[in-house]
Amino acid sequence: MSTIEASPEVGHDEHGHDHDHPPFLAHHFDTPEQQFDSGKLGIWLFLVTEVLFFSGMFCAYAIFRALRPEVFEGCSQFLNTKLGAINTGVLLFSSLTMAWAVRCSQLEQHKGLVGTLAATLSCAMIFLGVKAIEYSHKWAMGLLPAGLFFYDPNNPHPTDHPNYLLFICIPFLIALAGVVIWLVLSLLTANRFHIAIAMPLTVVCLCFFVGVGLGAFLESGEESAEHLDGHADSDGLAGAAIVQSAESNAIAENAAAVAASGAMVPVDESVLEILSTDPTNSGVASGLSALEQQTAAAGTSTITGDGEVLGGITTTEVDVLTPTTAGVFFSIYYCMTGIHAIHILAGIGVLVWLLVRAVRRDFNRQYFGPVDYVGLYWHLVDLIWIYLFPLLYLIR
Amino acid sequence: MTDTKHASSVSTEEVLYMSSGSLPSGSQVRDPGYPTPSENYLTNSKGILSWIFTLDHKRIGVMYLVGVTVAFGVAGLLALLIRLHLFQPSGMVFQGEEANNWYNQVFTLHGAIMVFLFIIPSVPAALGNFLVPVMLGAKDVAFPRLNLCSFYLWVFGALFFVSALCASGLDTGWTFYTPYSTTTDSSVILATSGAFILGFSSIFTGLNFIVTINTMRPPGMTWFRMPLFLWATYATSIIQVLATPVLGITLLLLIAERTMHIGIFDPEYNGDPVTFQHFFWFYSHPAVYIMILPAFGIISDLISVHSHKRIFGYRFIAYSSIAIALLGFLVWGHHMFTAGMSSLTTIIFSALTFTVSVPSAIKVFNWLATMYKGSISLTTPMCYALSFIFLFTIGGLTGLHLGTLATDMHLHDTYFVVAHFHYVMVGGTLVAFLGGVFHWWPKMFGRMYSEFGGRLSALLVFAGFNLTFLPQFVLGSRGMPRRYATYDPEFAALHQMSTYGSMLLGFGLLVALTVLLRSVGAFSFLGLARGKRAPANPWGGATLEWQCTSPPPFYNFERAPSVGDPYDFSDLEWEAEDERYVIVEPEREIVPEELPESAPAHAEDSV
Repeated sequence: MSTIEASPEVGHDEHGHDHDHPPFLAHHFDTPEQQFDSGKLGIWLFLVTEVLFFSGMFCAYAIFRALRPEVFEGCSQFLNTKLGAINTGVLLFSSLTMAWAVRCSQLEQHKGLVGTLAATLSCAMIFLGVKAIEYSHKWAMGLLPAGLFFYDPNNPHPTDHPNYLLFICIPFLIALAGVVIWLVLSLLTANRFHIAIAMPLTVVCLCFFVGVGLGAFLESGEESAEHLDGHADSDGLAGAAIVQSAESNAIAENAAAVAASGAMVPVDESVLEILSTDPTNSGVASGLSALEQQTAAAGTSTITGDGEVLGGITTTEVDVLTPTTAGVFFSIYYCMTGIHAIHILAGIGVLVWLLVRAVRRDFNRQYFGPVDYVGLYWHLVDLIWIYLFPLLYLIR
Repeated sequence: MTDTKHASSVSTEEVLYMSSGSLPSGSQVRDPGYPTPSENYLTNSKGILSWIFTLDHKRIGVMYLVGVTVAFGVAGLLALLIRLHLFQPSGMVFQGEEANNWYNQVFTLHGAIMVFLFIIPSVPAALGNFLVPVMLGAKDVAFPRLNLCSFYLWVFGALFFVSALCASGLDTGWTFYTPYSTTTDSSVILATSGAFILGFSSIFTGLNFIVTINTMRPPGMTWFRMPLFLWATYATSIIQVLATPVLGITLLLLIAERTMHIGIFDPEYNGDPVTFQHFFWFYSHPAVYIMILPAFGIISDLISVHSHKRIFGYRFIAYSSIAIALLGFLVWGHHMFTAGMSSLTTIIFSALTFTVSVPSAIKVFNWLATMYKGSISLTTPMCYALSFIFLFTIGGLTGLHLGTLATDMHLHDTYFVVAHFHYVMVGGTLVAFLGGVFHWWPKMFGRMYSEFGGRLSALLVFAGFNLTFLPQFVLGSRGMPRRYATYDPEFAALHQMSTYGSMLLGFGLLVALTVLLRSVGAFSFLGLARGKRAPANPWGGATLEWQCTSPPPFYNFERAPSVGDPYDFSDLEWEAEDERYVIVEPEREIVPEELPESAPAHAEDSV
């Protein structure tokens, strides 16, 4: 980053500090350079931990995609590429405004700093608004993590569900109402400091609903297109290849399972059953009962799998879309995008804090560290989305 | 805390005066003296709030010390319960229908509390917080507020563990293996949330130390003038920063697995439980080095100071800490040799595991070489350090049995494993922690403890520990599986030996606690006098913390201290009358006795 220049006005402050210890310099640092370098190293280390935090989920993604490529390809088509692309663009733009904000803080352009920070915040809100549409739409369709998955291709849009979108919007509505009340109060009392904060925040909160509107518009467009084309057209053709691989996989697995059970069970059971009659040998007895339960469980699943594999395109799609297979894709989707969204929320929190400090004109050419650090964090959050978008939305 | 009657507590300014008595005559002596109550970090501000909101790294270190001691007490009592239960083959303590369930909960909480609440924060957070800035010559850590935040995260995480204990307990083992952890009724979510929060506490501490060591070194404090404790702390911090986030996401996914059945780890939803083991050990094996590396740092300092001899192979010890930290990331698979990895993978993991023994052995040999021909004072810290070398060597060498594929197939999940990691964690980390606490106690609280009591505790801990865990090696190699509430009567004698040993170990630890608490006057109501006032340098250490008063002033150093070699003891002399070490400077002749020639030497030639 740019070098820190000495500014003569720093140090002549009314806070009663030493001449050589400006108010922004913490007591345990000797120079502003040392403070800046410490913060910079600290935030880079923090970003390393963030990358490693996400790396666990990227590993899970890699493992399960390698295990079931057909599930990932099939399920990815439920994600709306347009919304993903819009969000990618919004986040990229927010990275630009964030970098601009860092520059403004270095040049002491206070109004520019407030403006660019507010623009970054607005982009974050638009992103969340679009995400709210995506989430609520998928929840309504039952495209949920494995344990909650209930998507039914014969009835893809059940109507008897709560209004998820409203639930997501409620906290943002409350925030908007709060900020508007704050703005009105500060206008009435003519407190310029509060007005300067509440005004951009109102715009920021409104931007969430801009995002919701944008998402709703695009999602409904997609929907009508989907209905025109029919599910069998694009999805079905792409699904044909999936079906092939799924079928061969299933058959191979079944054969293996049958072979294994055929080879093992008769030999073991006879011996184990004799052993299990011994009352002290409770481990063998419970092991046997567990084995029975397992074969029972495995039996049902293989039967249903067999029956549906034979049925043709529509029925095999059902097979791919069982909770245990498709659910894993959506589990990973929700974990990755959900934790990413939590990071966006955290970013919004620190950006609001920066906004307040920017209005207070805390930053100058010797002290712009916090803007720089938050900027780095924000770029990382963007970068993670840049990876998430192709990995989740653009699988073909 | 501070005795106001002592009139000698006048100034923290370094006092220069002519030597007397036992010191070489004519030399000048440097000693910081004693702190005044208004400078002493323990007394410079008063009231409970001045502790709750303190940003002073020393106070935060003391709060950590109290916290980890309480956690250790709780988990230690659970350990005694386990040992008492195993006194009889059919179980002695827990009776009735739920006996085995109780046993599962007790050993799980013993492990989880010891690992997450005690061992991981013990040396880095408690001693590290106190020592890192002082040893470095800095005023504070780089981010004091983050430091306090990390302490409260620790408290918060501990509360989660307590609430798990109060809710329905925890019976998964501290490793939270799936699929059992996704199906059991006990409070896995509370405990894993606690571990998740503690992970962040650990990350923030590590991050703080890395930044502090990188950016806050005063002039003259080069990387190779840092005390080895700082090198060890630095290596530990690298692991904390790189490994802990992976544990965080693993536990988060486990929570999601339990609440939403995301099907990543749960085989019922097509998940893969072995993936959980990989994720878990990717953190938890490096975490083993979070536990042991700072102990290495303590021992390096203790051995050198109490042998009054320069540490042998300084750079090798420093680099070996970093090497262990990095190699530690490549060996997690050795916890899973029996989990069904391919034979090639197991061979690679086994080979990598052996490489870790090289830097560990380098350290042990260097410590032995340091003691060779040193003038060893058998003080309490040194007794603990010697005990560490003995116990850690056993613990480390038995690790090779477990890293070998063929023997591990036999020893996996037996008491051999239990004995091995207790030799490393208790015989290593706990003993080093105690040694470190005894070593820096005069610095932290400004009081000397009873040397006799301290040495007695070291002896009792050593004897009790070996009696507890040596029989467990035999038990394990004879096939006694770990985590069992009952056992075949043939194992009874060894188990009973182990139980007696645990009682002795517990008693030894109680003695150590009593000796330390007595020194600061905790038992003055019983008429037991508190220890005498500690001088600035009671052991003869050359690192910077011994150059400020005991206890240090709240600002550590008024101006950046002059940094010398941390293991150069040549200018330290024992002053018998005050029972302290002082820095002795030989008399210097400042002015040349003869006047220089008035004309330059070549002037004659030119004439």
